Amino acid sequence: MNFLAIIGRVVLETLGEIGKLSVFTWTTLTHILRPPYFGRLLLQQMMRIGYFSLPVVALTAFFTGGALALQIYYGGSQFNSELIVASIVALGITRELGPVMAGLMVAGRVSAAIAAELGTMRVTEQIDALTTLSTNPYKYLVVPRVLAAVITLPLLVFIADILGVMGGFIVSTQSLEFNAGVYIKNTYDFLKADDVTSGLIKAAVFGFVIAIMGCYHGFNSKGGAQGVGRATTNAVVTASILILATNYVMTSLLFAK
Amino acid sequence: MSDVKIELRNVHKRFGSKVVLDGINLTVDKGSSLVVIGGSGTGKSVMIKCVLGIIRPDSGEILVDGENVLKMDSGAREEVLRKFGMLFQGAALFDSLPVWENVAFGLIQGRKMKRAKARDIAYDKLAKVGLGAEVGPLYPAELSGGMQKRVGLARAIAADPEIIFFDEPTTGLDPIMSDVINELIVDSVKELGATTLSITHDMASARKIADKIAMIYKGKIIWSGTRAEVDASGNDYVDQFIHGRAEGPIQMELLKP
Ligand SMILES: Nc1ncnc2c1ncn2[C@@H]1O[C@H](COP(=O)(O)OP(=O)(O)O)[C@@H](O)[C@H]1O
Ligand SMILES: [Mg+2]
Repeated sequence: MNFLAIIGRVVLETLGEIGKLSVFTWTTLTHILRPPYFGRLLLQQMMRIGYFSLPVVALTAFFTGGALALQIYYGGSQFNSELIVASIVALGITRELGPVMAGLMVAGRVSAAIAAELGTMRVTEQIDALTTLSTNPYKYLVVPRVLAAVITLPLLVFIADILGVMGGFIVSTQSLEFNAGVYIKNTYDFLKADDVTSGLIKAAVFGFVIAIMGCYHGFNSKGGAQGVGRATTNAVVTASILILATNYVMTSLLFAK
Repeated sequence: MSDVKIELRNVHKRFGSKVVLDGINLTVDKGSSLVVIGGSGTGKSVMIKCVLGIIRPDSGEILVDGENVLKMDSGAREEVLRKFGMLFQGAALFDSLPVWENVAFGLIQGRKMKRAKARDIAYDKLAKVGLGAEVGPLYPAELSGGMQKRVGLARAIAADPEIIFFDEPTTGLDPIMSDVINELIVDSVKELGATTLSITHDMASARKIADKIAMIYKGKIIWSGTRAEVDASGNDYVDQFIHGRAEGPIQMELLKP
């Protein structure tokens, strides 16, 4: 086959996919505002997406904070290290690593689970059945998941921030033998509210990306078990890439001087 | 009896370059039972999904009680959809909900009925399809295929619909269970006085539940008549199909290059 024709087809398919995703996202947004609302489902999804992600997110943040402290100490200046380590751990975790690591971990867990669940519902016609029972699938399935992710991701990242800084603190005081009081004081002095809120804003956006990608790929899966498997993989891959890309964009917007 | 309940006029649908419906014309009289027969993959499911608004046809008109549903806004369309009940090919039960909630789903979510009242109706409908109260709290995965079909039937008739669609109600069941399902369909339809459209490739089932029979082939209705006329249709395609012969004008797709 002609090389140009292949490129052309890939470009067209990609554009078509972006168009479909945009329509899906727009439809979801319009359904968030209009009643009926499914409050019970929202709580249920907040438990599944938020609460049950706590252990992975907490462990990830804790070890990342610890490793970060070591790296800064080894690779950076041993000079004035008590100040440098504390401040860079605090800023690095709250601004970048907390939201990105939590986002990626939850993407792996939740995008996959959503895509698998909705994908199975699609191929077994359960989503069609909702329509015939006078229930809008966007309102019943998509909106609760998207809202739950947007609400719980910032909460998860807030906890990740605390544990990440704590990881750095424990490594610094135990293995680098820094003074605990000085470390805490340096952290407080350096950290501003903006650092934390910027991370939480990122987290809300990541939550949206995670749930939308899971729902979109689940909704559009076709062709039985294999199709559901493909949807699950695609959901995780696209959610992760989008998280990293939007993180870059948001960092350049939020911290532009 | 000659009031027309549902009418399809020149309905076309293609997926990509694959033409599935190529100008379907079909009428279902009020209170009657029409069975559409045809081979696998001939677009039977796509046809009823077009009427239910799950798939949007490319062109043509679909009239329910004389109104073109394709020209309606989503609110009016949801109103029309309340007249329908649907039994899906694979039953399409919600596997996250117990049996009774599956049956009550359209009442609770779609019609905002109180749970206690919907629950009573659900158990009543389960009894109508020969399932005792002990089945109510079970989950769909715990049921046999025949029981799942019965629950699907109970769900389809739960809201006392004016129109019921059956997508291959007997496919995958043993001959005795098939006959049980056929009897249940005939009984429940008679009791509700509903208009029904069924699709099947099971001739025993078609003979049992049909007033009229139509045959779909290559996206068109190629023959229609009463149940009695089907044996003397004078149509080679129909003859080949009802006698299940490999030889005839219908060549299986897989024999072609
Ligand atoms: N959503 C879809 N996207 C693409 N092709 C589809 C879709 N739904 C059905 N088809 C195709 O349409 C044809 C008819 O399908 P269907 O109506 O399910 O057949 P059947 O008569 O067995 O019910 C099949 O070839 C199927 O692959
Ligand atoms: Mg079918």
